[in-house]
Amino acid sequence: MAETLFHKVWNAHAVRTLPSGQTQLFVGLHLIHEVTSPQAFDMLRQHGWKVACPNRTFATVDHIVPTNRQGRPFLDLMAEEMTGVLERNCREFGISLWTPDNENQGIVHVIGPELGLTQPGLTIACGDSHTSTHGALGAIALGIGTSQVRDVLASQSLALEPLKVRRIDVNGQLGPGVYAKDVILTIIRRLGVHGGGGFAYEYGGTALDKMTIDERMTICNMSIEGGARVGYVNPDETTFAFLRGRRFAPSGDAFDRAVAWWRTIASDRNASYDDRVTLDAASIEPTVTWGINPGQSVGISEPINADPTDEAFAFMGFTPGALVKGTRIDVAFIGSCTNGRLSDLEEAARLVKGHHVAPHVKALVVPGSRHVRRAAEAKGLHQVFIDAGFEWRGAGCSMCLGMNTDRLEGRQICASSSNRNFKGRQGSPTGRTLLMSPAMVAAAAVAGEVIDVRTFDTRGQVAGMGPARSKQ
Amino acid sequence: MMATQATAAGPILTISGRGLPLRGNDIDTDRIMPARFLRVVSFDGLEQHLFEDDRATDPRHPFSNPRYAGATVLVVNANFGSGSSREHAPQGLLRSGIRAIIGESFAEIFQGNSAILGIPCFAAGHDEIGRLQMLVEQTPDVIIEADVRSGVVTAGSVRITASVPPALREAFLSGQWNPTAMLLDRYDEVRRVADRLPYIAGF
Repeated sequence: MAETLFHKVWNAHAVRTLPSGQTQLFVGLHLIHEVTSPQAFDMLRQHGWKVACPNRTFATVDHIVPTNRQGRPFLDLMAEEMTGVLERNCREFGISLWTPDNENQGIVHVIGPELGLTQPGLTIACGDSHTSTHGALGAIALGIGTSQVRDVLASQSLALEPLKVRRIDVNGQLGPGVYAKDVILTIIRRLGVHGGGGFAYEYGGTALDKMTIDERMTICNMSIEGGARVGYVNPDETTFAFLRGRRFAPSGDAFDRAVAWWRTIASDRNASYDDRVTLDAASIEPTVTWGINPGQSVGISEPINADPTDEAFAFMGFTPGALVKGTRIDVAFIGSCTNGRLSDLEEAARLVKGHHVAPHVKALVVPGSRHVRRAAEAKGLHQVFIDAGFEWRGAGCSMCLGMNTDRLEGRQICASSSNRNFKGRQGSPTGRTLLMSPAMVAAAAVAGEVIDVRTFDTRGQVAGMGPARSKQ
Repeated sequence: MMATQATAAGPILTISGRGLPLRGNDIDTDRIMPARFLRVVSFDGLEQHLFEDDRATDPRHPFSNPRYAGATVLVVNANFGSGSSREHAPQGLLRSGIRAIIGESFAEIFQGNSAILGIPCFAAGHDEIGRLQMLVEQTPDVIIEADVRSGVVTAGSVRITASVPPALREAFLSGQWNPTAMLLDRYDEVRRVADRLPYIAGF
């Protein structure tokens, strides 16, 4: 019988049906970090439980680490304490941990794929909603809460209900200046921030087929912003090529055997889906959010058309019918588990090379991992960013969320390559976030305002806007 | 320490108490529990920071309104608890005394995190929720009674039929909403499944 990847992987990991009707599901890979694990370890100790599979559990620090100065002890005492607690917990329970003292440290959703821990056909759990990122390699990866982190630590399994599967095809060719970020923002806008409730999103179509793993990760990452706890792409040659040679990926003959298995877990051609949606890639514009949830977005040339009584208007300071284009920004942030990988930095660097950040803008580039940082430096990207007036930081979640020292102040407006524009998300209760692709952030940083990246001329002009901006 | 909550699983059949109406769709967990309050290694005291930023900007916020002090049933609108998987949000609600949430719809991770703490989320229609919110706003002393098995929610003259997802409903009724012990119960079966997976042995 023809099946989806979701059902094949689910069935292969199902231990039993619990009396409630939930499934006990084996978890193939458990990733943990400093924010959602300390209470789980406490609960384990309280009950005298052990970690069932320490060798299938990997830890890093990302949310809370400072990215400006990463030497220990951190100057931020709470960051130091939380890192110390994770270090003690990992030591006590025999779990591998990567802190900034180690070359593998980074945002949990960047390092999993980068190290080859994330593989097709796995079930992956992590106490973080953006765990859906790992689906880009054909895994079923889901975000969980701390009590479930405890469950996975103790039993390497979870009590869950199966999801329905919605197939989302994106067909055709993306236009210039249009990126994976624009695709997922468009999907969320179209299907709604709760539209994915009860669903896993399977992304495919000719546009997805052509995408790199980095691009697929951007898309899967934000599945949860559309309400879908799981998002994935079927493994293909791009996936296999990405994994070959990575540290935790199989090697030699084992790699070939793995590829043979990975092929079998992809959705069958005639699999049936609970729902299907199709998008035309060519119709997607560079997209920006204007509101306070990731579904509130517009194409860059499109006026905001929403219920005028929506509280987002008052919070953001936009009026119905306005364009986001032309909005003056205070901060530009390039980074996060959505867009903090090498290819994101390369594209941003290509645009800003030879330019300078507008004088009134604070601009940060925060690599998603120490590997990304090193690879970027090997290509000289750090110098491009520094010359352009960006701060070049260490790896971490940074300004995606207000848990570390990188925060918006007051009502600042931030052009951000991250994933959430919720009220207060970037650390200031009144701070305002405009989500967009890293290329759009780079262009906004230089222009000092939101512009259409398609009109950004890399030779030193912003087309149609006169010579290099000086509008302070 | 609320960790004791982790073992105190017993059947949850009905929840009754005063209500707390909180209007608005898509209220995300960053609003329920702003990220800076996740800079902790325990859940103790999180109830003090519930909706802290929303309350600072809105002095009439329901969580600041003494009329609703002591409420145990939160009444919300659509897609409540969206965004971050932080359990700190339902932990804060639990510690503030909330024992059930009735709303139009819930984000999936939030609903699961609430369930594992013994907080059922009941879903009902937009108009029904509106009636319930209005009733509680007008008469905060009214007692809401929510029945997990039938999904029937009554308060004064309002009677609505809500629902809890079937598996969670069964878990509440049987007292197995906190599953760790049950997951550990037949760990040999977990091992057997693992042994069948080709990646466990490195292919």
